[in-house]
Amino acid sequence: MFSHEQLNAIDKVIKTHLIDSGVENVIYIDLAGNAITQQDNGNQTLDYMAFAALAAGNFAAVDAMAKLIGESEFSLLFHKGTKSSIHFSKVTEDTILISMFSKTISLGLVRLKVSEAVAKINAICGA
Amino acid sequence: MALVNVKKKEVQIKIVYYGPGRGGKTTNLEYINHTYRDQIKSEMVSLKTQDDRTLFFDFLPFDVGRIKGFKVIIQLYTVPGQVKYNATRRLVLKGVDGIVFVADIQRFQRKKNIESLNQLYENLKTHNLDLFSMPLVMQYNKIDLLKQGVEVIPTKTLQQDLNSVLRVPAFEASALGGGNVMKTLKKIISMTLASIQDQLF
Ligand SMILES: Nc1nc2c(ncn2[C@@H]2O[C@H](COP(=O)(O)OP(=O)(O)OP(=O)(O)O)[C@@H](O)[C@H]2O)c(=O)[nH]1
Ligand SMILES: [Mg+2]
Repeated sequence: MFSHEQLNAIDKVIKTHLIDSGVENVIYIDLAGNAITQQDNGNQTLDYMAFAALAAGNFAAVDAMAKLIGESEFSLLFHKGTKSSIHFSKVTEDTILISMFSKTISLGLVRLKVSEAVAKINAICGA
Repeated sequence: MALVNVKKKEVQIKIVYYGPGRGGKTTNLEYINHTYRDQIKSEMVSLKTQDDRTLFFDFLPFDVGRIKGFKVIIQLYTVPGQVKYNATRRLVLKGVDGIVFVADIQRFQRKKNIESLNQLYENLKTHNLDLFSMPLVMQYNKIDLLKQGVEVIPTKTLQQDLNSVLRVPAFEASALGGGNVMKTLKKIISMTLASIQDQLF
């Protein structure tokens, strides 16, 4: 369970590292499909509860596939669309960070920013 | 395990409808979604095959008001009942807080019901959960078939097969027409809330 302070700190990391860098929408979920926190750039109308359930399912399925072929996990999970793309990153054993972004920002930058954010969130969760 | 957000003052609770293939799990959620459409803000999500069998899960979230200042969100899920999808069933059970076991009362499904319940027990064990300490409601579905002269398993037999040891609340139901669908739902919600209150508040 996250404390009030942890949630505030996580929100701040998401805002400064991701939203301020041009990521449109970020959802932090647990693998049971619950949204822990969500933030966007103010122009989004996502049904984030349904999204969280689907994302957790998708992540869990890919994870199970990795195990079947003897991989401990696939480190990059990324879906590319014409307008928007989605990037998944495991944070702790039990949580994943999902970033949605448009063409105005490159996958490379998103990966960099996400890995910074993940390290910070990990530190917050461990604290 | 329910997700508690102390910042948003919100609790998310996961209730899973489990049972043999074609037993009526999806039909339960469809009825709830249809009947309470006005009060449900999110769309129902169904991942299904072309012939309407659940492939991964159905998902339906809704609010049920506040408890001790916390907004309570119930998230209903179904598992895919077909035997071949057990790996998927196990994934859906992750983080479960309460279970409705939907049994199919048609005579030829007797063995399938028992096998499904046994597998539920095993699947929960892989998540370090124990069926015997899990909020659980039995639903004996398709009771309407009795009137149509279809061969069904008597409720007494179902109770012996599925509920003689567990001894949890059980309802005869007809998900297609909505019979006892809400009763089942209310029961599992109140049992799950009670168990979560013990754990959390
Ligand atoms: N007569 C009758 N038929 C029902 C009832 N509930 C469900 N059915 C029918 O049973 C069939 C299977 O129902 P589903 O709700 O799809 O079953 P399910 O448990 O979700 O099946 P899977 O997704 O394969 O696990 C459908 O044709 C339903 O219309 C009921 O109460 N009475
Ligand atoms: Mg189904």
